[in-house]
Amino acid sequence: MTTQFPVTGGGLPTGRPAGTSYDAGTDKPLLQISDLEVSFTTGVGEVKAVRGVDITVYPGQSVAIVGESGSGKSTTAHAVIDLLPGTGKVTGGSITFDGREIVGLPRVEMEAMRGRDIGLVPQDPMSNLNPVWRIGTQIDEALRANGFEGGRAERKERVAGLLAEAGLPDAARRARQFPHEFSGGMRQRSLIAIGLAARPKLLIADEPTSALDVTVQRQILDHLEVLTQELGTAVLFITHDLGLAAERAEHLVVMFKGRVVESGPARQILADPQHPYTKRLVSSAPSLASRRIQVAREEGATPDELLSHHADGEETRRRPIVQVRDLTKVFQIRGARPGASSDFTAVDNVSFTLPRGETLALVGESGSGKSTAANMVLGLLEPTSGVVEFDGTDVAGLSPKEQFAFRRRIQPVFQNPYGSLDPMFSIFSSIEEPLRLHQVGSKKEREARVRELLDLVSLPASTMRRFPNELSGGQRQRIAIARALALKPEVIVLDEAVSALDVLVQAQILELLGSLQDELGLSYLFITHDLAVVRQIADSVVVMQNGQVVEYASTDAVFDNPRQQYTRDLLAAIPGAGLEDAKIAG
Amino acid sequence: MPENRTETLPGGRRPRPGQEHFAAELDEGGLGAVDAVSTTDAPSSLWRDAWRDMRRRPMFWVASAIIVLVVIVAAFPGWFTDIHPRFDCNLADSLGAPEPGHPFGYDKQGCDIFSRTLYGARASVLVGVMATAMVVLLGTTMGAVAGYFGGWFDAILSRITDIFFAIPLVLAAIVIMSITTNRTSFTVAFVLAAFGWTSIARISRGTVMSVKNNEFVTAAKSLGMGRGGILLKHVLPNSAAPIIVYATVALGTFIVAEATLSFLGIGLPPSTVSWGGDISQAQNAIRQAPQILFYPAGGLALTVLGFIMMGDVVRDALDPKARKR
Repeated sequence: MTTQFPVTGGGLPTGRPAGTSYDAGTDKPLLQISDLEVSFTTGVGEVKAVRGVDITVYPGQSVAIVGESGSGKSTTAHAVIDLLPGTGKVTGGSITFDGREIVGLPRVEMEAMRGRDIGLVPQDPMSNLNPVWRIGTQIDEALRANGFEGGRAERKERVAGLLAEAGLPDAARRARQFPHEFSGGMRQRSLIAIGLAARPKLLIADEPTSALDVTVQRQILDHLEVLTQELGTAVLFITHDLGLAAERAEHLVVMFKGRVVESGPARQILADPQHPYTKRLVSSAPSLASRRIQVAREEGATPDELLSHHADGEETRRRPIVQVRDLTKVFQIRGARPGASSDFTAVDNVSFTLPRGETLALVGESGSGKSTAANMVLGLLEPTSGVVEFDGTDVAGLSPKEQFAFRRRIQPVFQNPYGSLDPMFSIFSSIEEPLRLHQVGSKKEREARVRELLDLVSLPASTMRRFPNELSGGQRQRIAIARALALKPEVIVLDEAVSALDVLVQAQILELLGSLQDELGLSYLFITHDLAVVRQIADSVVVMQNGQVVEYASTDAVFDNPRQQYTRDLLAAIPGAGLEDAKIAG
Repeated sequence: MPENRTETLPGGRRPRPGQEHFAAELDEGGLGAVDAVSTTDAPSSLWRDAWRDMRRRPMFWVASAIIVLVVIVAAFPGWFTDIHPRFDCNLADSLGAPEPGHPFGYDKQGCDIFSRTLYGARASVLVGVMATAMVVLLGTTMGAVAGYFGGWFDAILSRITDIFFAIPLVLAAIVIMSITTNRTSFTVAFVLAAFGWTSIARISRGTVMSVKNNEFVTAAKSLGMGRGGILLKHVLPNSAAPIIVYATVALGTFIVAEATLSFLGIGLPPSTVSWGGDISQAQNAIRQAPQILFYPAGGLALTVLGFIMMGDVVRDALDPKARKR
């Protein structure tokens, strides 16, 4: 366990003498949730979001609640600090904290408990700091609200101490800055400082790092772990990532549809899941399943055989479908006054090749230029210099008519399943739109094709009467794939296409993409920040950082033998990467 | 029964009480397929949802009743009275009290107030609807083009909008109407629209700018759809909701503005029966007969209330976020 930032260690100003309040081996639970039931009042009556949940947390222990969106994991955590949103209220069961019942506690007593006994690190570091106040002021506020006594100078010193403790160097100066001057990781550190300001006995971390890049995520979680161990704080993690949960917590609680389906020691659950849902979850978590979804390989074909299969003599079969050479994109950043603009190189001299029928992954953290590169391949963005060749033709030199024809051969699928379908269009019109636009077939033939496409993405034909708002994220993503497939393209650009989906749905979509590739001979350009997913789908990987290609090799080479430090950092940061042995051993 | 498994952990430790390995039984309904599509519910879209939502609100029905009543009266005032508002007048009845067949009494010219109030609806509704239609057309075009194409196009159109925005609607209408000789419902509506389109232009520019960044727009672009096609097929339909909401409320304000102009004597000519003109007439006799002011003013208030209430209901249904809790 190492962190990049020094921990202030023994000099931490802890509220109480260390080690006395919580014995590591004590059998008295700090937090005991039994038979909890939480309901929301909606237009159609009462909806139970959480039913019969039991969770026990011991002092100083870390426990994780794992579940997909809508499983009730956040609701359970918010019930503990009485911060249920809207019409939600606890309708049954009990929550005891330190031996005291906290359900139905008067508001004043609950407020006294929040922050002082139970701290919270919220999910989104971008919206949880007030943008008009200095960071220091916001931490100071947390101190005063929790009864910290001391003068102005003393508080100021404590604020700097807390920030330093959360891993921000040069804390006194940082405290005078505003949230917009901080990166996402620094903001999350500030929120951790606020959460721990009053030395609570329990810290609830609600998806604390979901919005951050993996390498930053790892640093922050490492730091949080060291810090809470030193302070003896118990941590309740809320996360959708089984790998992360198993790595960070000793006890796991798996929730599904408002119920606890399985709970127990983290390693045991991973090694020997009992409930069918947990089994499914363990087998499809991308950080744990490190297997290429490809039917051909499972049949025992070696990569060489696969290559020779493709090279069946024809010249066109061997020619790469997309070839990118020295691609550069420079954006002008508008300055304060006209003429004061500066240049920003988003994509810097990038070259890669997408062979026919294969998958090439562009991997990088936010700001690495991977999406910009993809947009240039799609022809949506004009490159500053460099060439995108599609099937041997330079895309930039196409006439409008040729470009219209080129559009048929390459299609995108985007990240956000809620933004990629027009809410005013029925599913039928959405999928039919490309066919209508390119005047393919008669009305009847188009309808038949829509049915065929829906079948291809494993959705019932009756889906076509529906509207996007009636479908789940995974279903919408299937529709987006069906729309992309409508014109029988050769290349599909998948821009973070599975990043916003729950694990099980993500696994389904990846499997669907794998089988479609097999059936239709598609080539994928797969843009993602998630290396764990890459291993499941890609044949070769381009790792990008700050607009440049850091490493470009076959997937196996990148995973087994990364040559660059940055790639190694990315690989090490995959949550749960170190747990594979445990799983195999189990 | 849930199954409790007490196994020893690596290192010989036993889990502490309450933290034994526990696996729940399968739910009543089982796990079900991940992500199944409901095939039984009726399909719903934004508009269908909004309609379902509106139907449940009493305010929607009250507002609709008012609007339907006003529109019917405006279209066919003859269904409700046989008395002509301008020709069946007798000065002998001047400021006369209500009597059978003349429920609201007589105004200063001895005309039947009930009949005048009914016939006055036509001018108000006609001006309101025409002005709103023109404003929606002009404002949406300006706003959508500025928001969608951006750049210098946006800069020029937005400055033009700002200039018009700085001119007070009623003041500008007074100036223009006072030099207009041929005053009809159409000219009044036209003048009101010429200075009243700026709010809609701003609203539509804003929504178009947010809608055009959606991924479905990028998807349409990569299908090879042209810019005009995307604007008409994808961007405008998705920007319609706030425009419709504003238009419903604006209709009310245009009716008020028409009444103001007619009250000042520069709106509709006296030969056209209108609530604004009647209110102006009533003002002269307000001490002797205040009731003659009441009926045209009441008709005006009721109509405007109907449209503003409808605007409120429509906004709530189309934008659940703005809904009062």
